[in-house]
Parts: sequence; structure tokens; C-alpha cells
Amino acid sequence: MKIEQAMWLHERHELALEELCELSGLSETELRELVDYGVLAPIDPDAPHWSFRADRLLVARSARRLRRDLDLDPHAVALAVALLERVRDLEMELRDLRAKLPRRQQ
Amino acid sequence: MKYKDYYGVMGVDRKASAEDIKNAYRKLARKYHPDVSKEPGAEEKFKEVGEAYETLKDPEKRAAYDRLGSHQPGQDFRPPPGWEKQFGGGQFSFDDLDLGDLFSQFSGGRRRAGPGGGKIRVPGEDYEVTAHISLEDAYRGTEVDLELEVPEYDEQGFTHRVRRAFKARIPKGATDGQRLRLPGKGGKGLNGGRDGDLYLNIALHPHRLFRASGHDLFLDLPLAPWEAVLGASVQVPTLGGPVRLKIPPGTSAGRHLRIAGRGLPKPHGGEGDLFAMVQIAVPTAASERERALFKELAEASTFNPRGHFGEEAAK
Repeated sequence: MKIEQAMWLHERHELALEELCELSGLSETELRELVDYGVLAPIDPDAPHWSFRADRLLVARSARRLRRDLDLDPHAVALAVALLERVRDLEMELRDLRAKLPRRQQ
Repeated sequence: MKYKDYYGVMGVDRKASAEDIKNAYRKLARKYHPDVSKEPGAEEKFKEVGEAYETLKDPEKRAAYDRLGSHQPGQDFRPPPGWEKQFGGGQFSFDDLDLGDLFSQFSGGRRRAGPGGGKIRVPGEDYEVTAHISLEDAYRGTEVDLELEVPEYDEQGFTHRVRRAFKARIPKGATDGQRLRLPGKGGKGLNGGRDGDLYLNIALHPHRLFRASGHDLFLDLPLAPWEAVLGASVQVPTLGGPVRLKIPPGTSAGRHLRIAGRGLPKPHGGEGDLFAMVQIAVPTAASERERALFKELAEASTFNPRGHFGEEAAK
């Protein structure tokens, strides 16, 4: 059986605006709206061609799903995505703190 | 073909108004949307709800669905004669078709935008799968067996679900919650649309000894009271094999001793660290001689571990 190579969606990889649109299913207008609302930030906002950290693809995909499935307007998508990001950050912090808690209490 | 009870899935009456159906969908979508919900099986449930809503929200599709009559969910049934005409094709077998796939191609008698017919490029569907791997697998890199049910199209343009199995290589450097993308391994694109991708979500199994925080690992390190006071050299397990760790004299419980580079490897080089968290363990059943020695120590020592309580504790 052929073994498929998986690619990291890592902050060290970059995606061009067009790639992010294609992979997330968002139109360029929708993606620029998310940037305007502060949900997504290009690596260099002043660059003539925007590029994004590859892990931003997850945020863009989530935005597209929320918009399509819950019929949300762009403001509501931006709010929902920002809150979900916050939940994710807090969950990660919680997991990290749990890792630091001793398991065996004397 | 197996019957699906779309009204039952949405929790509405067969006579429900379009508004009732929309409200029911919104309520269920908020509850089960995979981006929002933490309920087990939410993704599956949301797919069912989405499929039911896609058919019931469209008056033509809903009318066609209603003409199928009412059956038990999962029951094999045959649509009434001529029913398939509204799918734009000629005769076809219903045997291995999925009702949801069929309705997604419903045209109400118009020509379908199947692979031969339509010109619109439709990208293939993306899929997300969670790969549960051990910490040892994350350390070394591993291969996982994946099985997906993806839609494929026949010559008439009808969708059939096929099971596709393959192996994916997870390079070393994975940690909990990290995502990987397998380009083109999702659903097939239509009319030259690109194939969908498969997203792998890495979840680490809990380990007997180590807890992961990003690429750093944490390990409880129990020390005997005398090892903590006098210092010691102890053997500590790591994912790459045991190492000797020097315990400085006067090591308190709760101290983190860092063992550099003994955590998980990072995807772009370098490694996380391993932190040994000191605990002071005491013998539960001390021998006569041990008790005597501790007693002697208690009498000889002026150490007050609660000195910082100050006056208040003395009252």
C-alpha cells in the first residue's frame, strides 16, 4: 500500500492569499473581510501580495463552515471565530497547566 | 435504498412550516456544529441534520421526499414508479444509492450537473479525522491506517459511497492538537475541480509517566527525604532511554529539574525539554531502625518548615 506523506499545518509554513482561498473555500472578498475584522492577520499587511501562517487555514476553514452552516453574516462570523480562537487558546493553556500538575499526590 | 426519516432527524412534524423547519435547523446546528459542539458524536449528528435540512428546506425536494411515503428509518424501500424522472436521468438502480446523495443531485426534472453534463467545477469535499497516537509514536514518527467513506461518481453522474483505505506517514514532531494536511486525499472534485483534502488532527494517548505540554514533557520524580537533603544521582526514564540526573543537595518538593533536549522533537528541528518535578516520598511502613533515626534527626534539627507562617501560626 502506498504511504501518503502528511504535511504540517505549522506556523513556519506560509500560504499565499490565493492558496488560503482555494483551500478554505472562502472567496477573496470574504477572506479580506476577515482580515478587516481582525480575525485573520497576514504576515506582513503592507506587502503587495499577502501571505499567511499555514495554521491560519484552520481559522479560515472554520469561518467558512460557520458562515455556510449557520447562515451567519460576516460580523457574526468574525465574532464567533474570535471567541472560538479564545476557547482554543484557553483549552491549550489548561492542558499545559494540567501537564505541570503532579499526578501522584503523596 | 435505505429510508431516512428527515422529519424525525429534525424533530419536526411532517406538516411543519418552512419557518418551523428553519428554526429547528438553527437550534440543532447550534447544538451539534462540529466547530462549536463538544458533544460526543456531534459531527455525525450534524451531518444528519444538514442532510435532512438540505432536502426539507427546498419545496421541490421536500415534495419529492414526501412522495416516498413514510417508512421506518433504515428500512429498505423502493420509490413509487416514475419517481426517478425528477433526477433528469433514465432508468437506474436504487439498490446501492444513498438517499442523501440522491437528493443532493436532485434537479426537479432539469438536466443534472453531473460529471458529463455540467460545466461548473466543484471542488471535492474536505474531511477531518482524528489520529490517536502514543507518545512514543510522536517521538519517533509513525504510520497510521486510515479508512474513509468518500463519494465517487458513476457514468450517469450519481454518487456512490466508497470506502477508501490508505496509510499516512506522520513525521516525528507531532504533539497534541497539531494538524496535518494530506493534499488530495478527500473527496474527488467534479468537472475538473480540485480533489478535497484530508485533515489529520493529532491526539496523544495519555502516557503512564510523561505528560506533554507542546513539545515539553513533564515527569513526576519522587525522591526519598535523604536524597532531597543530601543530593543524589538518580536514573530517570526518557523517551530516548534512561539518563542519570544529578539532584543538588537541598532540593525541595515542587522544584522542576530541566533535562534539556529530552522532550518531543520539533517538526523543524530541535527538541523540547523534559522537566522532572520533584516530589518528596516517605516510606509508608518505616522500620524500627528508620523510626529511631528519624527521631534522632527530629531532636537534632532546628529546621522549621513553617517559619514563614510567622506570628499568626504561633497564636
